[in-house]
Amino acid sequence: MAEPFAVKDCALIALSSGERAQNLRELRDRMLTVPQGSIYYHFWGGMLRPHFDNPEYPNDFAFWAWHGLRDISLAERLALINPCHFNTIDDLRREVVEVIEERLEESEIVPWAKNDRQFFFIQSQIVVFDTRIRLEDLKTFTDSISLMTASSIFYHFIDARRRTNSKKDDFSEWLSGLGDNCAELVASFAALDPYFITLTELRQELQLIINQHTGR
Amino acid sequence: MPENMLARYAQVVGENVIDQLRQLARPLAGAKVVHVNSTKEGGGVAEILHTLLPLKQELGLDTSWEVITGDEKFYQCTKSFHNALQGDRIDVADSLLASYEQTNRENAERLRSKLEDADFVFIHDPQPAPLLSLCPNRKGKWVWRCHIDVSHPYRPVWKYLRRFVEPYNASVWSLEEFVQPLPHPQYLIAPSIDPLSEKNMDLDEREVHALYAQYGLNPGLPIILQVSRFDRFKDPVGVIRAYRLIKEFIPLQLVLAGGAAADDPEGEQVLLQVKAAANHDPDIHILLLPADAHRTINALQRLADIVVQKSVKEGFGLTVTEGMWKAKPVIGGNTGGIRLQVVNHHTGFLVSTPEGAALRIRYLLKHQRKLEEMGRKARQFVLENFLLTRHLREYLTLMAAIMHKQKERIELQVDQNGVAKLDENRS
Repeated sequence: MAEPFAVKDCALIALSSGERAQNLRELRDRMLTVPQGSIYYHFWGGMLRPHFDNPEYPNDFAFWAWHGLRDISLAERLALINPCHFNTIDDLRREVVEVIEERLEESEIVPWAKNDRQFFFIQSQIVVFDTRIRLEDLKTFTDSISLMTASSIFYHFIDARRRTNSKKDDFSEWLSGLGDNCAELVASFAALDPYFITLTELRQELQLIINQHTGR
Repeated sequence: MPENMLARYAQVVGENVIDQLRQLARPLAGAKVVHVNSTKEGGGVAEILHTLLPLKQELGLDTSWEVITGDEKFYQCTKSFHNALQGDRIDVADSLLASYEQTNRENAERLRSKLEDADFVFIHDPQPAPLLSLCPNRKGKWVWRCHIDVSHPYRPVWKYLRRFVEPYNASVWSLEEFVQPLPHPQYLIAPSIDPLSEKNMDLDEREVHALYAQYGLNPGLPIILQVSRFDRFKDPVGVIRAYRLIKEFIPLQLVLAGGAAADDPEGEQVLLQVKAAANHDPDIHILLLPADAHRTINALQRLADIVVQKSVKEGFGLTVTEGMWKAKPVIGGNTGGIRLQVVNHHTGFLVSTPEGAALRIRYLLKHQRKLEEMGRKARQFVLENFLLTRHLREYLTLMAAIMHKQKERIELQVDQNGVAKLDENRS
């Protein structure tokens, strides 16, 4: 019998990396060297920090391209990058650099921002704690998703892809161990794109998939 | 405060949020935490401490708050620091610096044993910053909490202060833009408001409407309100200019409500400038409120149609958060933490000039439905992001993070006795 699912939760704290950029070339250069955690933060950290639902742009680089550099083309291209489509943070980093370099080649002058509109690279520390909740079987699992905190959903469904060797979310990993009858549910979870929605919406979507699977 | 504060917060933010705080606080139970600042009343720092402390205590942390005291020269000096860190080119006289250092030495004599014994010491702003160097046998982690916008400091003053803050284990800043390079981890934590405090709790409509008579306000005119200290960086004179530009088209009244903080000797001078600019206009109401007039400010914010915070420099701007919590759109200066809160065209408007403020206020007064819609969004935004519980969570996370290693991931495990501990292998 599989081990019970240990529900964990997390809290994120942001740190200054000390790196900043005032023009597009500087952004490209810093992108090449900043820690992976910083790139992760600027794509995913928005989910756990103060933010406005349905923001104009889904990642901080696209936001700055418009609000800092006033370069709408670049903002739109950067906004379309979906981090779920990359196996590693370094793959994601290469894609961002590629988009920036393409734009630099097109531009007659290097786009730049005013002094008070610089891009600041931020990184984060994540503190993970055990809620002491254990889910013994499929039924308790399906009953519990809607009760989990948004940050718990973040930890198990998004952070897990970076943390685990399999690059899968924790839910799918655990459900796979319960046997073949969960294969469909696991496949549905895998098909869910968490990037363009809020954590609350993600939790609702997970519940919807569960409801469809269990016939509720 | 009553013992069941956490239960009361749960009614506002939800039980999950409070459970999370308890889980995060478990490994810190019994830790001695001391906060030090320079005023017990007036200003955002004191307000935050008034509410954070009882909650930390209820979560099992042995938390206390100490206030350093000084003479007029000390406050003149620290006010100059404050202005210089925000960019004013102010050279601080050696005699004032001597008073600053002497005041800290005197306070260190009084506080040393408590501070050296603490597990965590949070020193707020520059006033008590030298205390660390005066406590050589300290055993805990010391954190310098900077509430000021230090993005473009007057360099000689920052150079002088930097040597006091460099040796801290970490520092905390309200916004990334404010951070100055220092040789320790620099955390980013936005401030917050307390939804249950006198300043933010729900009020009876009669109590709110009683202000019309109390302050001679006209119930027939829309109210534009700015609540802030009488401080040049809050640009109260600019707000009066904006009011005059609107008044040419729409009848309205302006309320400038401010208090004086004990550590701000410059307020009186600015107040005189504001009175001169108002020039006895009967529809401009300048209210000089005592530091503890929280309930009155709450009622004023609820009575207002639009809240303004036209600062040209701002640390975070808690009056913006307060106004938004009362479901008012905010016209905010495009600076500092106001940018984090006022989402342009959603929770209010960001402006750079009195003309810009006038334009947006006129627009909202002409579009009542838009005004109400923005107000609703503003309140929801604060509920999700800028309440005390989020602030407390980040403080607890920070303490857990610096108590252990400065790693990207810190995993707390619960042992068989239910005691949380750091999983060294995972961190």
